[in-house]
Amino acid sequence: MSMIRTRRAALAQSGNRFSDKIMLKSNMRNLVLAAVLLMTGVWPALAASEADYKAAFAAAEAAEKQADQLRNKWTTTEAQLAAAKKAAGAGDFDAATAAAREAEALAKASIFQATSEKERWKNMEIR
Amino acid sequence: MASTIRVRATANGDTTEVQALIQHPMDSGFVKDAQGQIIPPHFIQQLTFEHNGKAVFLANWGAAVSKDPYVKFSFKGAGKGDDLKISWVDNKGATDTTTAKIQ
Amino acid sequence: MRVRAILTSAVAALAAAALACAAASAIAAPDRPDPVADAKAFQNFFTRKFPKVKYEDFVNGPYSMNEDLHRQWEEKEQFPPYEFALEAGKEMFATPFKNGKTYADCFPNKGNGIRQNYPYFDEKEGKVVTLELALNRCREANGEAPYSYVKDEMAALTAYMAFTSRGNKMDIKIPDDPRALEAYENGKRYFYTRRGQLNFSCATCHVQSPGERIRAEILAPALGIMNAMPIYRSEWSSMGTTSRRFMTCNSQTRAVPLEPQSDEYRDVEYFLSYVANGLPISGPGARP
Repeated sequence: MSMIRTRRAALAQSGNRFSDKIMLKSNMRNLVLAAVLLMTGVWPALAASEADYKAAFAAAEAAEKQADQLRNKWTTTEAQLAAAKKAAGAGDFDAATAAAREAEALAKASIFQATSEKERWKNMEIR
Repeated sequence: MASTIRVRATANGDTTEVQALIQHPMDSGFVKDAQGQIIPPHFIQQLTFEHNGKAVFLANWGAAVSKDPYVKFSFKGAGKGDDLKISWVDNKGATDTTTAKIQ
Repeated sequence: MRVRAILTSAVAALAAAALACAAASAIAAPDRPDPVADAKAFQNFFTRKFPKVKYEDFVNGPYSMNEDLHRQWEEKEQFPPYEFALEAGKEMFATPFKNGKTYADCFPNKGNGIRQNYPYFDEKEGKVVTLELALNRCREANGEAPYSYVKDEMAALTAYMAFTSRGNKMDIKIPDDPRALEAYENGKRYFYTRRGQLNFSCATCHVQSPGERIRAEILAPALGIMNAMPIYRSEWSSMGTTSRRFMTCNSQTRAVPLEPQSDEYRDVEYFLSYVANGLPISGPGARP
């Protein structure tokens, strides 16, 4: 005799029409619960505000300024900064923030490149 | 104004080899300038090489030929000292002509 | 007990000695730049890598790396695409400035056959001076507006000056001046430093991969790469200066180009020209 571990299993086994309804109801409840949890978790990331954009852009610009001092800016960083500005101008702060964050990442990578290359260039040198 | 056509024709027995370099912008009409405006089409439409009044090479060109075109071909029936006349007409109606001696 | 004590003290002594050695070598000045040795190593690297290429042929860039390209280029040289720029340059060079002076007044030997001496280190200024820079300074000294470093006029002028120097062996001097050595080292460092999102250094293409393809192009060896400048590039459908090439190479690796004739560019031109000493000037050149 199989063990009926859960109420659901018990209901499923019973084959009762009402049990189907109950099962459906509990499934629905779980689904709704899951959906609510998901939405509350995801919501802040979905709707970036102008403030979020401004902060992200400022960070990106600061990093790019540093890259400029190292004489090592990337064209792709500049492109992302421009895209961020353009999206913000059109009111799309989600896209603008995403682009600004990408720009910051690229700028930081270019800074890393410049700093590490200060020594690593010797690896390529013909001696 | 200096000619836009540089030509060198060399006879080797019965065969004459001709090389020509023509100065022309050959704008296709598809390219935009720095301000985003289309550069209007301006290209050679017809290029003719004549020997003894007869066309030995005739080209009908369009937008696909690049700037400062270079042409090389050979033909029979001419000899050293003969004249070779080259002329072109472009889509704006401008023309240029030059005559070279076959070496 | 005593043995252990001896051992520990021995190890300690060894460690101390090792530290002292390391410290000593760090304190001793970093290897003094030796451009003569660099140039020799540089040239040897390429002549050994490509034993079939004639020494003088290295200045022909990708044509020295590929037989088919070489044949096409030889044919092209009978009627070179840079002819128009060269003629324009000759005319420009001969035309006096508004004040009556000419370019010939600014240069040794009236500007004829001197291309192989550029760039040079100007000890008064303490910086490298390239031919393009010298030409614009000549213009400004005579009340004329400077030309753009990346456009046709500068390319035409340098084409003419290269042409009058064809065949002359590159002859770059590094005076016994620490600033000159520093400029040389800066140029060398720039050449080997990776840049741009694609993380390429000049060496990545021109030292590691000459003769190989990047997309559809065959790469030129770094040896003698300045000797053919300025070049008519089919890709540009026009003549281009050294400045233009440096800037476009930068942007092609997704690095934001520096300003034309910025220190880094002047220094890297200095370095590349110096290590090609002995190779003939082949400019103006034609390239794919």
